[in-house]
Amino acid sequence: MTTLYDCRDAFARTLEAIALEDPRACIVANDSIGSSKVGDFAKRFPGRLINVGIAEQNMVGVAAGLANAGKLPFVCAASCFLTGRALEQIKADVAYSDANVKLCGMSPGMAYGELGPTHHSIEDLAWTRAIANLTVIVPADPIETAQALRFAAAHYGPVFLRVSRMGVPAVHDSGYQFAVGQAALLRTGSDVTIIANGTVVSRALDAAVLLAADGISARVLNMATVRPIDREAILAAARETGRIVTVEEHTIYGGLGGAVAEVVSTAYPVPMRIIGVPGVFAPTGSASWLLEYFGITAAGIRAAALELVRMGRAA
Amino acid sequence: MVDTVQVDKLQQLAATIRRHDLTMVHRARLGHIGGELSAIDILTTLYFAVLNVDPSRPDWPDRDRFILSKGHAAAALYTTLAVAGFMPIEELATFMQPLSRLNGHPNRTKVPGVETNTGPLGHGFPVAVGCAIGAKLSNATWRTFVLTGDGELQEGSNWEAAMAAAHYRLDNLTLIVDRNRLQQGDLTERTMGLDPLGDKFRAFGWYVREVDGHDHGALLDLFQSLPFNPGQPSCIIANTHKGQGVSFMRDQVAWHHKVPNDEEYALALSELERGED
Ligand SMILES: Cc1ncc(C[n+]2csc(CCOP(=O)(O)OP(=O)(O)O)c2C)c(N)n1
Ligand SMILES: [Mg+2]
Repeated sequence: MTTLYDCRDAFARTLEAIALEDPRACIVANDSIGSSKVGDFAKRFPGRLINVGIAEQNMVGVAAGLANAGKLPFVCAASCFLTGRALEQIKADVAYSDANVKLCGMSPGMAYGELGPTHHSIEDLAWTRAIANLTVIVPADPIETAQALRFAAAHYGPVFLRVSRMGVPAVHDSGYQFAVGQAALLRTGSDVTIIANGTVVSRALDAAVLLAADGISARVLNMATVRPIDREAILAAARETGRIVTVEEHTIYGGLGGAVAEVVSTAYPVPMRIIGVPGVFAPTGSASWLLEYFGITAAGIRAAALELVRMGRAA
Repeated sequence: MVDTVQVDKLQQLAATIRRHDLTMVHRARLGHIGGELSAIDILTTLYFAVLNVDPSRPDWPDRDRFILSKGHAAAALYTTLAVAGFMPIEELATFMQPLSRLNGHPNRTKVPGVETNTGPLGHGFPVAVGCAIGAKLSNATWRTFVLTGDGELQEGSNWEAAMAAAHYRLDNLTLIVDRNRLQQGDLTERTMGLDPLGDKFRAFGWYVREVDGHDHGALLDLFQSLPFNPGQPSCIIANTHKGQGVSFMRDQVAWHHKVPNDEEYALALSELERGED
């Protein structure tokens, strides 16, 4: 059995290491200490976790004020409420004001499964990536989560980091180096490129294995940074493989697929398929059941790639 | 004065609803048992003695509106609605199952009797204000009731709603606060203090009364004297206990969303059975 990791663990450990080195580091939370797994941080660094209660708008505003006062605030809250409730604070107080705030959206996608669409965060990438001056990162596994968090701490400026809860296998080896704005090539291929991020990268890799058995060579790119997007890697994929399938645990409107399509359609049009939640409120079901239900699976990715291959190659 | 036969009936109904709720959460391995058990006496009193609703006509325009703003207590609402006849009791067994109408937060497009979709805290109260303004605009006599958590009141949207309700003199609106003094991670007063809560609502223009939120007779007395003062919205601060009815859950923050194992389930069920008489 492959080991599955809850990325919040790597996140919390790394944040403690950062706090040990950097006295400016602090957390702002919304009654979310347990759900963000930052209880140990609170114990180790008394006074450096500011819990504003169930009040997300205040939470993000307070973080902007802390940044103004020279602190390095990491806002830790369920991604659905952080982005949904405090979007204008994210835009005006953080991004537009260029406040050095790190927005850490916990348990995104459909991780809350049966709790329903109010708790699913499948619009967060569309919302955040539409905002100027906001770096948007979706790590795929614990190593990438830790490294992206390190990047956010060292970089001056607003960052939105999506920290997954649903168990994921490791997709990067220990030598992996996260570079902001750069896709990571996980598998070479020449017939089609699968571009994925976050919890579904492992499914893209599984799909590539299935496609190899079909005689199709699939390239796999891990596109952790959604904004700024890696145009070069996307254009190379379009030129060299002629077909692109994107996969994300997000609505198919305005997320990773949209970001890739903006580049492809304006600079080097090739046929694409966008896999994700098809613009509906999900029915009741667990996170893994919902991913199956919507075909956000290796089989679903394979089927989309086969469809593109059957269409023939763009001239 | 309150009718003791009616109070006995409410107590029995509340015990039944508590047992259904516990069974649903145990079976689904998900739910918010603590805040459900704290709200069930309020829900029971409303649905079986106060609200003018008709399960055979959930869309009847002149019905009283009830909004569960603390949507995480959905199982308590589902059970109450089922016992009141809005849906078959057997359907409760589908709670959280794939494609069930009953997910972790109430959905008005699927479940009869639900007025608005809640789950993110701080949404139900503003919607209730809109219902009450709408009734006034139509010169209608139906009333609106909204139940919030106490931790939930940390959301600023509630205070915007509180201001609007007094401004529009909504004496057809009643807010009930489930004052169990606990939120998800800790006591409310250790997280972000709310006291003196009654004075806050008074300062916002509300007529406030406090009650033991597990005393059906006292709750009924208050509901029967609504509005507390013509021209003002009414606020009931219901002092409750999270996990009420199960000794090892009562006032314990861990039971906000902990799920009982088989042994705990059996124990809790036997306590709830004994509590009936
Ligand atoms: C906007 C928003 N932020 C955070 C949450 C997560 N959450 C669910 S229940 C809860 C605690 C609620 O406490 P309280 O209102 O006191 O409810 P009760 O004690 O009655 O369960 C929290 C923080 C949420 N549902 N919505
Ligand atoms: Mg409470």
